[in-house]
Amino acid sequence: MPKYTLNVNGQSRTVDVASDTPLLWVLRDTLELVGTKFGCGVGKCGACVVHLNGVPTKSCMTTVSTVGRKQVTTIEGLAVSATKLHPVQQAWCELDVAQCGYCQAGQIMTAAALLKENPRPTDQDIDDAMDGNLCRCGTYLRIRAGIKRAAVLAAGGKEAAQ
Amino acid sequence: MKTLTLDRPVNRRDFLKLTGLAGGGLALAFYIKSGPKAEAAEGAASGDFAPNAFIRISPNGAVTIVSKQPEMGQGVKTSLPMIIAEQLEVPWKEITIEQGDFDEKLYGNQGAGGSQSTPRNYDTFHLLGATARTMLVNAAAQTWGVPASECRAENASVLHPSGKSLKYGQLVAKASTLPVPAKTEVKLKDPKDFKLLGKRIPQYDSVKIATGQPLFGIDVKVPGMLYAVYEKCPAFGGKAVSANLDQIKALPGVKDAFIIAGNGKVKELNSGVAIVADSTWAALSARKKLKVTWDEGKVVNESWDTFLAEAREKAAQPGQKTLRKDGDPDAALASAAKKVEAEYVYPFISHANLEPQNTTAHWKDGVMEVWSPLQIPSAGAGLVTKILGIPADKIKIHISRAGGGFGRRISADYLIEAAAIAHKVNAPVKLTWTREDDLRHDHMRPGGIHFLKGGVDANGKIVAWKNHFFTFGEGGSPGSGGAFNGDIFPGGGIANYQADQTMFDTGWPMGPWRAPGSCIFGWVLHSFLDELAHAAGRDPLEVRLELLGQQETKATGGAPKKGGGGGYNVARMRNVLKFAAEKAGWGKKKFEKGQGAGIAFYFSHLGYFAQVAEVTVSKEGQLKVDRFVTGYDVGAQVVNLSGAENQIEGSVVDAMSVMMYQELNIERGRVTQSNFDNYPLLRTTEAPTKIECYNLPTNHPTTGMGEPAIPPVAPAICNAIFAATGKRVRQFPLSRTDLRWS
Repeated sequence: MPKYTLNVNGQSRTVDVASDTPLLWVLRDTLELVGTKFGCGVGKCGACVVHLNGVPTKSCMTTVSTVGRKQVTTIEGLAVSATKLHPVQQAWCELDVAQCGYCQAGQIMTAAALLKENPRPTDQDIDDAMDGNLCRCGTYLRIRAGIKRAAVLAAGGKEAAQ
Repeated sequence: MKTLTLDRPVNRRDFLKLTGLAGGGLALAFYIKSGPKAEAAEGAASGDFAPNAFIRISPNGAVTIVSKQPEMGQGVKTSLPMIIAEQLEVPWKEITIEQGDFDEKLYGNQGAGGSQSTPRNYDTFHLLGATARTMLVNAAAQTWGVPASECRAENASVLHPSGKSLKYGQLVAKASTLPVPAKTEVKLKDPKDFKLLGKRIPQYDSVKIATGQPLFGIDVKVPGMLYAVYEKCPAFGGKAVSANLDQIKALPGVKDAFIIAGNGKVKELNSGVAIVADSTWAALSARKKLKVTWDEGKVVNESWDTFLAEAREKAAQPGQKTLRKDGDPDAALASAAKKVEAEYVYPFISHANLEPQNTTAHWKDGVMEVWSPLQIPSAGAGLVTKILGIPADKIKIHISRAGGGFGRRISADYLIEAAAIAHKVNAPVKLTWTREDDLRHDHMRPGGIHFLKGGVDANGKIVAWKNHFFTFGEGGSPGSGGAFNGDIFPGGGIANYQADQTMFDTGWPMGPWRAPGSCIFGWVLHSFLDELAHAAGRDPLEVRLELLGQQETKATGGAPKKGGGGGYNVARMRNVLKFAAEKAGWGKKKFEKGQGAGIAFYFSHLGYFAQVAEVTVSKEGQLKVDRFVTGYDVGAQVVNLSGAENQIEGSVVDAMSVMMYQELNIERGRVTQSNFDNYPLLRTTEAPTKIECYNLPTNHPTTGMGEPAIPPVAPAICNAIFAATGKRVRQFPLSRTDLRWS
């Protein structure tokens, strides 16, 4: 099998896998980064979203051979440091967004990418960005609130959650 | 309803044991083991204070609470330990929570279903925490030589008015030598002094979830583990006759491939072909090349459309069973001033847990060790014994967090598949279902067809109601949630009432779907009731209050039954209905054309829920729920307000998702849908703009939140759609109804 050298969460990782292996399964089975989730395998649920050079990308639809030198960031690599969470992660914990939690890595990765592009998103911006991420438990209202709270946290504000 | 018996002091070798009793009762009994291991809770180190299987305190002060129920997003890993922490007087942030393995001898019932975790454990968990706190107080009192009554516990310490204080960790050695006090010697906190219960507490695992730490069944990795997929017959219950196994075994990464005969039960071990490989992708890739000859069996003669047509033919005939008959419905309909007839149809649906079914199993040295996201671990163990012949004491089950339950993981079919595969492989094996496997082999919520007739007299009073319900059975009895009950409101509230039921028996697998039966009967009953209210020209709230009547407890149906059904407290229902209407400002708002409000209520799973929806329907037929108000009575004490409200918010979205889109069509004994492209779920853009939750506490036992918010959601919204557009939704999913208006 071919070898691929990937940049994952700032580290160089070499994997020996079939060329058509989706990045999702490379992360989960080979690199043991299981925070990225398998939900549908056809790009319809968003549970597998990671960042490729900062762009939210469905890893179940991205074969390993197409990743190249792009920087892969997974949910495990999103936090600023081991002790300091990303504002989206902070907001998610503060507002108790999750129920089962299975979709939330994908939600958080999509939300983090949105806030990087658009630090003060409107409801419409949030809906547009988050539309590809299903939450079977139905936490959409808290996700919306979480993104707004994260925007405040990222701006260094201490305002109460909306 | 619940009894607690702890009437004699016991020594430190005794364990408190929870025992589930028939009928939902609870007993706190004794569990006496000998030997040093018996003294400690699972994982307790020598020197720890472990007064029962759920609590242990180390000499360094670390407090650990074991959560025995499976966590699937219902929040029980947080809420039940909160009860112990409250009584134990330990700050929440100082507590470590561990998921207990399956061991019902140690923990009592570990099933999570029927919204039973809270009512089943609430009183007992208070007592467990308070008992441990009492022992720590007694230890401090003895250390100081003062009466225990002068001491109090606070902030993981025991304090004395003299200023003396000892931290729990310092008291562990002494407390471990003391007898476990009798219940009569244990004082529970006054609810007005609660510091934790009723507050909004984020889930214990929220940081792990937000940072992607391994938590779920699908995340399990065991050294040397292989990866399996399992191809079953597209037609329910079909058998694998042969397959191109030699070709599959030669493919890259494939370690083995074999046929499993199954046990002939469509909800247990299905026949199929297992492919075991060195990665999930290798197994999935090999599966694309798999060719199987199936024996599909008789199920190919069974299609939804055929059953629907047959139901329509037989609608006017008497049902196979009359579930309830009061008065003379036919005569009352004949003489009614106004009559309404309607057909309500809803399809089979899937649970669609976002985490596909999976289980890791390892067969080694005569022991089957299993890691699985389960709701009822005992069901999994039972199948392993029944089908593989492995005795209970040789089965070890680790309960994984489940990426959604909703009743699907009450079944353990995926666990027995993994165990049956592992039984033939000399390595641990993780079985992962694809989304397609999940949608095509769910234990579905049964569909149904209701033929309703109602009559209203000249004064606008509902005087007649007839329902011929067509349901679906498996092996001679209705599927879970497919049995109607004549006691459900408005049964008993209308003088001339009849509920008939006819069942089509099938080979289709069905199972409990969040608030079984109630989840869909609520829509049918409260929609048709709304039709009658409008026919009578009356306010839908007023009609409901009239039908509920003035008596305190329903005369029929007996005591409330776990999981819904049975009688219910009419005063509670009436009060919560008025409460929700008041919070929503029912009847006070003026709506433009295209906007409107709807109301519904339901009693299920011991919870009383009333809901009001306000909607806008655009001229093009686009629905938006602008505001959704829930009033609820789940007894005296909401445990975790954040978790409780999350369950309500999620229930609103879940029920809307079912209403809008969900449908499994069954043709020739197989599901025609395959993945989220043709089985869509509600997306964030379609979620309500605003969901409001209002608790109405009452002096009744605390009950669960996982299910009872579901049933009134769809009828409240559909009734609002009617108010907005004059269009009545009588068929699910809603995408089949044209809501355009001009």
